[in-house]
Amino acid sequence: MTVRTAELLMAIMMGAFSIYLMVKSYELPIGWIEDEGPGGGAWPFWLATIMLVSCGGILSNWFRKKGRIAQSTRTYIESHVLGDVAAVAGSLIVTVALFSFIGIYGALPLFLVFYIRYLGKHSWLLTSVLAVMIPVVIFYFFEITLKIILPKGITEPLFLPLYKIFL
Amino acid sequence: MLEIIQLLGQGFLVVFEPQNLMLIIGGCALGLFIGAMPGLGSVNGVAILLPLTFLVPPTGAIIFLAAIYYGAMYGGAISSIMLGIPGASTAVATTFDGRPLAKQGMADKALIAAAVASFVGGSISVILFTFFAPPLAHVALVFGAPEEFALMMLAFATFVGLGGDDIFKTMFSICIGLVLSAVGFDIISGEPRLVLWDITGFLHGVNFLVLAIGIYGIGEMLWTVEEHALGGGKSMLSEANVSVKRTIVALRELVKTWKSTVMGSFLGYFVGILPAAGATPGSLMAYGIAKQISAEPEKFGNGAIEGVCAPEAANNAASTGSMLPMLTLGIPGSPTTAILLGGMVIWGLEPGPRLFTDHSEFVWGLIASLYAANLFSLLINIAFIPVFIKVLKTPFTILAPIIFTLCLIGGYAPTQDMHDVWLMIVFGIVGYLMRKLDYPLAPAVLAIVLGPLAEPAMRQSLIISEGSLAIFFERTYAGPIMVAALILLFLPLFKIIYDRMRKTKPEAAE
Repeated sequence: MTVRTAELLMAIMMGAFSIYLMVKSYELPIGWIEDEGPGGGAWPFWLATIMLVSCGGILSNWFRKKGRIAQSTRTYIESHVLGDVAAVAGSLIVTVALFSFIGIYGALPLFLVFYIRYLGKHSWLLTSVLAVMIPVVIFYFFEITLKIILPKGITEPLFLPLYKIFL
Repeated sequence: MLEIIQLLGQGFLVVFEPQNLMLIIGGCALGLFIGAMPGLGSVNGVAILLPLTFLVPPTGAIIFLAAIYYGAMYGGAISSIMLGIPGASTAVATTFDGRPLAKQGMADKALIAAAVASFVGGSISVILFTFFAPPLAHVALVFGAPEEFALMMLAFATFVGLGGDDIFKTMFSICIGLVLSAVGFDIISGEPRLVLWDITGFLHGVNFLVLAIGIYGIGEMLWTVEEHALGGGKSMLSEANVSVKRTIVALRELVKTWKSTVMGSFLGYFVGILPAAGATPGSLMAYGIAKQISAEPEKFGNGAIEGVCAPEAANNAASTGSMLPMLTLGIPGSPTTAILLGGMVIWGLEPGPRLFTDHSEFVWGLIASLYAANLFSLLINIAFIPVFIKVLKTPFTILAPIIFTLCLIGGYAPTQDMHDVWLMIVFGIVGYLMRKLDYPLAPAVLAIVLGPLAEPAMRQSLIISEGSLAIFFERTYAGPIMVAALILLFLPLFKIIYDRMRKTKPEAAE
């Protein structure tokens, strides 16, 4: 896909999102209410309208081939880069999905091993030291010091003794 | 005058509390590190680390984040000079002459020049700040809702008029930030509003940190993953020969660069005050002017020491400058200060001129901390140059997963809702895809912070005037500010018309 095609798709998608936001804002009054001033939907409605107009402007530049992006025939994301970016973005999505099931202390080491060992090609020693140390530091800092309980999923019972000691 | 010095003295008492002093030193060191790493700048550091500051009281938290901001401005020069890659966009101009100097074996000279110029820039601007801020805050005390709204319009208009990006994309970015800030409940009627796709997670609104960490954490890192793949991951680190003797010689030689350093400081400060401008254009402009006023302009680009001093002085001065409107008017002067402002709201401080009277300890503690942060950044920078050079060798594949981890937890911590973590990932990926198409994203972050302040200001003004927009133009302060905002907003249009007229004139002459 070229940058020019991506520009068109992005403008259409954002235009559609703007229309959705306008419709959603319309659930609340967008006009003037006596003694109350502008209705609750007015502010987001008119802003979403400007968003839609801006998308129209981007599309008009696209048709007239105006600007660097609208003219560019380069590939949007080069294939050798796409693999890396997709691997990183994909691993993040999987990690966040796992938070709710095996908890942050199950998902985080898996993510760190994947990134440091498979993407970074570092030694197993370094990988395992970091994969253990980082979650320990996170636990100490967030859960003990800041008292912010992070999601644990099915690993929750394992932490009960630790809570007793620290919290 | 005497009162200001007295208040500043009280600020220093806050700064010299052991905990705050530790936070400043820690913040400076961390900022230097963040600034030195390619791809990470002050805005990324402040966005990712803000959730960590819930641990300390607001004054300590802002002192820490401001120290990171400061340190990062110093640190940016390190990778610009040693790698030829700007550590942050604010240090782009430093590569022009810093890199040639490093290639000629004078990396140490360039690093010291950058550190000293940063210190001078920081010192001049913080003194200007100390004496400008209280009178400005005093004037702003009479500001009501119409003035506040006009000021915010001015902030957004500077992005359109002076931002230099595609106008439609800038407007889109501003409006999407404002709309996202309206998600949750209507502030006046209390009814649920914009609960997107009826997902209940949207009922508590879109936290500005979710957008900021999404864009400046996840999105920025994806961008860096791409850059590294393209660069093949090869290190281009220069050698630096550092010794006490060479340092003293380098310091002596700096005396002759005073003109460009002082010029950069003043220019950076005033450019920094403008919301759309900030440190990056400030340093580029300073570089350009330094070249013009130089006796040997041909040396620029081939290793002129003034070419390092001017932009480095300017970017530090601009970072202080951008705090002026944030503290006095509640309008951030840069994306980093926008995040600081959002932090202040989380800590329960209402931004605006009343901060100076209601939370004098907070404001003067922050101002005094800027003096301290400036000094500590210089000392840490010069003392640990060899350490920071080693830090640049940290492989990206170790740093990146640590930053991602901080982002994920930073997105969860403020609301403790998985919905926000997912939203952050979406913002990160979409932000990355939009950035590749030259959509400016800083205006969106500024807008989501200002949105909750702009909407009530506008609605209250319209209630006062019973629906008449004239209220924004009739009042003593709101009028001129609004007119300035409109001029900036239509500046691109004037340019187009002017260009067309110039093009048609020669044809008519024929």
